[in-house]
Amino acid sequence: MPISQREILIRTFKSNKTSVVGLFMAFSVVIIALISPWISPYDPISQDMNVQHAPPSWKYPFGTDSYGRDQLSRILWGSRVSLVVGTLSVLFAMAAGIPLGMIGGYKGGRVDNLVLRFIDIFMSFPIVILGLLVLAIMGPGLIKIVIAIGVALTPRIARLARGSTLSVKGKEYIEAARAVGQNDTKIMLIHVLPNISGDILVMGTLWVATAIIVEASLSFIGLGVRPPTPSWGAMIRDGLDQLTNAPWLSIFPGLAIFTSVFSFNLIADGLRDISDPKLRG
Amino acid sequence: MLKYTIRRMIYVLPTLWAVVTFVFFLIRIVPGGPAVAALGSYATAESIQQLEKQMGLDKPILVQYGKFLKDLCQGDLGKSLITNKPISQEIARSLPYTLDLAIGGMIIGILFGIPTGIITALRRNRPPDYIGRVLSLVGISMPEFYLGILLMYVLAIKLQLFPVLGGGDLSHLGSRLYHLFLPALTLGIIMTAFISRMVRSSMLNVLREDYVRTARSKGLHEKVVIYKHALRNALIPTVTVIGIYMSILMGGSVLTEIIFSRPGLGKMMVFAVKDRDYIALQSVIIIFSAFVFLFNLITDLLYSLIDPRIEYH
Repeated sequence: MPISQREILIRTFKSNKTSVVGLFMAFSVVIIALISPWISPYDPISQDMNVQHAPPSWKYPFGTDSYGRDQLSRILWGSRVSLVVGTLSVLFAMAAGIPLGMIGGYKGGRVDNLVLRFIDIFMSFPIVILGLLVLAIMGPGLIKIVIAIGVALTPRIARLARGSTLSVKGKEYIEAARAVGQNDTKIMLIHVLPNISGDILVMGTLWVATAIIVEASLSFIGLGVRPPTPSWGAMIRDGLDQLTNAPWLSIFPGLAIFTSVFSFNLIADGLRDISDPKLRG
Repeated sequence: MLKYTIRRMIYVLPTLWAVVTFVFFLIRIVPGGPAVAALGSYATAESIQQLEKQMGLDKPILVQYGKFLKDLCQGDLGKSLITNKPISQEIARSLPYTLDLAIGGMIIGILFGIPTGIITALRRNRPPDYIGRVLSLVGISMPEFYLGILLMYVLAIKLQLFPVLGGGDLSHLGSRLYHLFLPALTLGIIMTAFISRMVRSSMLNVLREDYVRTARSKGLHEKVVIYKHALRNALIPTVTVIGIYMSILMGGSVLTEIIFSRPGLGKMMVFAVKDRDYIALQSVIIIFSAFVFLFNLITDLLYSLIDPRIEYH
């Protein structure tokens, strides 16, 4: 019985242990973010000055912070900010970057030159610094962080989309579509986009990981969501002053960032092995 | 070679100009303008007017832009809105700390990343490869500020091997290196992860090439095959991405400097954001991207040096 391309992909994915582990971990983080209001033992923002800097215990597994707030509850709630910013900013960057890269790669010539210049200009800013610049101008806020990181990721996704489009452009099916008189927009949407989406999906998971780190970095600097909304980066910053006497304040939120980023990187690693058959073991 | 260098620079200059222009106009769209932002919303109209006049912010924007470009070409980055001191002096003082950190991180990354990449590629799908791959994934998943805090907690606070804070005395080499070690190690560990992954995959690609098979079938010793034929070619793509990695390092240096209280450009930038000193922010960001351009240019030139197939015209 012939097996479809899709089935081959699913089988390879299943046989790739790292990506299965990554998928499982990422799935857990998403579930935690969804159900955090019900599983948090305490209110993440209610203060209790009687239990400042309580070390980890059965009552407070991850200890309490300078305002006596339960760290575990804050970390569970904090997953929402990280995941929302991580995924939305990548979607934002894809919505802007894919058309840009595809048009540049497909049209070539002058248009492509313009696109390349745009990519060059924006790639000259490290992601964190471009994000910081945009946020410094717009001021803090969840949507603004999504825009800031999205803007910083756009040239990177545009570059990838352009490269993939170039490699697809010369294929026979594109020639065929052009020969039967389809217009450029249609060819890009029906023929180019589906064929470059694999590459972009792989990198997409990788960019979600990057976006989570950048969000944590920006909120570590103090440009994240407004307090008292818990976010992991800001929790680490608040804990930094207490590193000598209450190290758990920075260690646990950092572990949360690391775990989420690691899970997305695992998925991306596995997906890349699959999409590049030469590297299959 | 000289021709090629000049051609590359001619390509880079307009892009650099576009970056500078972009930053200039972006800063000007701050609500109320930079002066209002710096003085805060409680400032009186007179004090705002005075600051604007003093800084030339009351002139038409194109006049400001013209003066800004002219000053920039002469190395004048304007004055801080807060301290009223020339920003270029402040940058000159901070830059060595950031460059030390970025270069130190890169050296550690290269020293450990390349051997790790080679070993994992040669022992593919065996225990050393698994361990190396997992560790490198851990490395790229670790935010530099978190790794910095962990290293600081263990090596500086608990074991007291290194200083917790500060950049040290630049004129004293010992103190300079002593204060540099932990921050550079932080970025170096992350770089090691990036570089070893890159070397591993390009090494695997090269090992499948015909010339490696030819070298083996000639009966050459395996060591000669690996180091003379495979490694040299595997390192070419690695060199090309070092420019990109330098940009990651510059970004990472911002957070690392804050953790370790190093008085570098990153710290200066974050203070500029906090003080809402947009003129200082504009200057630091321009300097940052100028360095990214410079590193990319160096990488391009290195690339053409080690790969004779690249032609200079």
